[in-house]
Amino acid sequence: MKLDTAKILQKRKKQILELWMKNQLVDFSLREDLMSNDELTVQSEELVDVLLQTLSSTSLEDIQASSLDAVHEVLEGISISRAKQGYSPRETGMFVFSLKDALLSILAQEIKNDPVQLLDESLKVSKLIDSLGIITFETFIKGREEVILRQTDEITEISTPVIRVWDGIVAMPIIGTLDSSRTQVVMENLLQEIVDTSSSIAILDISGVPAVDSLVAQHLIKTVSATRLMGAECIISGIRPEIAQTVVHLGIDLSGIVTKASLASALRHAYALLQLEVKKVVAK
Amino acid sequence: MDKIPILKIGHFLMVAIQVDLYDRLALNLEADLVQAVSKTGARGVLIDISAVSIVDSFMGRILGNIAGMSKVLDADTVIVGMQPAVAITLVELGLPLKGVQTALNVEKGMELLQQKLQITGEEESEE
Repeated sequence: MKLDTAKILQKRKKQILELWMKNQLVDFSLREDLMSNDELTVQSEELVDVLLQTLSSTSLEDIQASSLDAVHEVLEGISISRAKQGYSPRETGMFVFSLKDALLSILAQEIKNDPVQLLDESLKVSKLIDSLGIITFETFIKGREEVILRQTDEITEISTPVIRVWDGIVAMPIIGTLDSSRTQVVMENLLQEIVDTSSSIAILDISGVPAVDSLVAQHLIKTVSATRLMGAECIISGIRPEIAQTVVHLGIDLSGIVTKASLASALRHAYALLQLEVKKVVAK
Repeated sequence: MDKIPILKIGHFLMVAIQVDLYDRLALNLEADLVQAVSKTGARGVLIDISAVSIVDSFMGRILGNIAGMSKVLDADTVIVGMQPAVAITLVELGLPLKGVQTALNVEKGMELLQQKLQITGEEESEE
């Protein structure tokens, strides 16, 4: 009579879990700083539970079987949570692959007498765990990508604040490289703020822009033109000497735009336009 | 047929565009406005487009045309209340409307026109 691998493994569930935990705990990729051993045990138990429950002789043959969906689900959950916690791909991979060792050694204990069957069943188990490993990696990378996308969104959101400097003057410090998508955000935010505060002067400070090439300059010119169309004046400030050099070397024409070296001088210009005066109070 | 009312306020003409401008309406406005400028001898034209949310290259060109024609008839044109989206669209279309003056709202547009008139008025009195 042929032994049923699934049955064997279900019978020896407790030992499998113990062995797997032992394997994981001796592995050097164990991260106690990210997850306590108790949590790890809970995760491992959950996975072994659902795996052995759904394991039948057919699902061992066919790794694409829909009966394994529940296993995939649990695995994806674990994988995504690990990606967010900052586990490395290696550590996440070892989590699944160390299960293989446990399963195989239990199998070897049970099917001692028939080497051919042992090889056969071991190959099947190994294939199954490999496919689970691939799923783990796919979801792990997906989880990482989600993290990156969220961070990109956050950066674009926080990187374009509009500051109301004075009644009728708004300033916008630009930090980081200007590309087309960012210019769009910059333009929209600036113009909306001009409408909301009905400011007539906008200062665009580019001291945080690492380099100005013809493309960035074109984006700046576009922003200035749009501001002018709204009926406000746009001053570009924070032009560093290197930027002045590159602008002239590239032959970019900024003659139609008011440019100032520092935010202070831009502010002075803005005050002059609004016929305001800043005075030092003389003590009597 | 729809018509956009042209109001005379002092030395200025004021047009408030409250509907989406289709091509025929824009062409009519251009013709009517030039007629009105020459008939009233207005010194300034104020066009309020704060209710316009959609703009195309044709509309952009019409606005430029109106400014150019009024200039020939010795009237300054000020476009006021442009929506941010409209401004961005015009710039992306490559129509920065170089010859047109702009202001944030009707009030500021009026101030601008009055300033212009005073400057030219002073020059005339000096002569």
